[in-house]
Amino acid sequence: MTTVVSTPHGPGAVLAKVASPVGRLVSHKWFQPVAVVVVLLVALFVLPAAFGSYWVANFTQTALTATLAASAGLLYGRVGLVSLGQVAPYGIGTWVTIRLAFATSLPFPFLLLIAGVIAAVLGVLIGLPALRVSGLYLALVSLMLVAAVEILLNELKFANGGGGFRGVSTTNDPQPMRVPSFAQTSYSYYRFCVIGAFVLFMLAAFVLSRKPGRAWASIRQSEAAAISAGIDVTRYKIYALALASFMAGVAGGLFAGSVPKSMDVGSFSRQAAIFLIAAVIMGGIRSLWGGLLAGVFATVLLKFLTQNVVGHGFWTRFSLSLFGFGLMMNLVQSSKAADKKGVAA
Amino acid sequence: MIKIDGLTVRFGGVVSLDSMTVEFPTGTCGLIGPNGAGKTTFFNVMSGFVTPARGTVMADGTDLLTLPGFKRARWGLRRTFQTEQAIENLSVFENVATVYEHTDNGSAAALKSAVDDAIDFVGLGDVAHAKVGVLGAKERRFVEVARAVVGSPKVVMLDEPAAGLPEEETEHLGQIVRGIPDKVGATVILVDHDMSLVQGVCDWTAVLDFGRLLASGPTGEVLRDPKVMQAYLGVEDLV
Repeated sequence: MTTVVSTPHGPGAVLAKVASPVGRLVSHKWFQPVAVVVVLLVALFVLPAAFGSYWVANFTQTALTATLAASAGLLYGRVGLVSLGQVAPYGIGTWVTIRLAFATSLPFPFLLLIAGVIAAVLGVLIGLPALRVSGLYLALVSLMLVAAVEILLNELKFANGGGGFRGVSTTNDPQPMRVPSFAQTSYSYYRFCVIGAFVLFMLAAFVLSRKPGRAWASIRQSEAAAISAGIDVTRYKIYALALASFMAGVAGGLFAGSVPKSMDVGSFSRQAAIFLIAAVIMGGIRSLWGGLLAGVFATVLLKFLTQNVVGHGFWTRFSLSLFGFGLMMNLVQSSKAADKKGVAA
Repeated sequence: MIKIDGLTVRFGGVVSLDSMTVEFPTGTCGLIGPNGAGKTTFFNVMSGFVTPARGTVMADGTDLLTLPGFKRARWGLRRTFQTEQAIENLSVFENVATVYEHTDNGSAAALKSAVDDAIDFVGLGDVAHAKVGVLGAKERRFVEVARAVVGSPKVVMLDEPAAGLPEEETEHLGQIVRGIPDKVGATVILVDHDMSLVQGVCDWTAVLDFGRLLASGPTGEVLRDPKVMQAYLGVEDLV
């Protein structure tokens, strides 16, 4: 028997909430693809033509931070895993890429792929026990994970042409890491990073639009409801960890190439982890665009303010306070929203 | 037929289900009782969220309690919750498809036809591609019912589906729920406080009180049972 509901107000009334002009434009089916193409073209052609090499080097960091932020946003915003740990697979990706660049003659994109896979495997192995906790506890455990990787990288150091497992030489002059032959200048390396970031964003968008994306949305809404829908919650959380760690690992590999000499472990510190998650939350965690915004906030905007508005340290400190404030407002808002829905944040 | 035998759940010193033994026949069954009687606890045991101290649940020759929660859903156990659980940032179609793709695992064409069918069954065909977050409370409820009937469920448990709905919508929901056994061949277990809904929808009803089975049988008889009326209305105190 098929019953048809007679809605008193009709489907139009039901959908009235999205009828504002901006809402209509943004929800139009062509808006997203067109926006993606425009952003990509601007990043590839307009920005390098309009700015000098100093800014282009900063834009490179924007592309990589955006990818890293998108991976963290995917875990937090799409699956509901409050992980502060994405800096760890980023660091692992960087280390592996530098080490393999010295140890092998594989083409650079292969190194990135291997770095991503190793970061994904380690991310899953380390993340697996962490999945037994959630919410604030997961945040703490993941931050401790960052601390562990930070200590490890401090001990291992980054390869510089030496031998052995670590590839670190203390006697010879440290060698710079090789960068791909097709991306020797800061401009071409920037374009290479933009394309790399684009591929990773598209990978994430593709997976999000498929079965795993729907399963993650279900888990984020309620694990109980997800289980009742037949979703193997643990398995899909592992998929999410693997994808996010892969993205971070490849971004880390690209980062390695942007600092060919004397890589510093500071980029993978606990402070960097907290700074990243603040930027991620301020950028927005519900959409991949939020990752791009977070990347812009954390790199270009900060540099611009530091250089042009008030110099020397003021903006760096002020922005940290501002990020902290933004993070707090966000948490207050989201816990209010969660209260309203009668579910735990 | 679902055979519950000696099901006992304790939370510390509180006994939420006390040797519940009952057989739910095929068709639409009601499960009623005062607040705190153990109805939702029973659903949570069925879903795998609460591990019972004792007891078995046999359905179609399968001991459900031996399966992990998500495998029970794949076996054919579906439920709705007292709080809304439809996924806000997915469309109605995607919401229903999410259940199908994890429980029935059919081809893309089978998925589309099963999902469209379930959405038409609850009458949301007009808004199938709208995000659930923009729908009204009533439509969101119906999305959950569509999620519970898509594909080939064997047991559909509805936890107060009519809570907060106006009277005419409750009646409409009742018609839909009544149609589920014919539509998909599943046994429906309906928990609700709205007695006219239970009376209108369920051929058979079981009553829980303080975790014990108080009565079970054809709905009309059960509701006229003095013990049941006592549990609901209390005993007159003669001092």
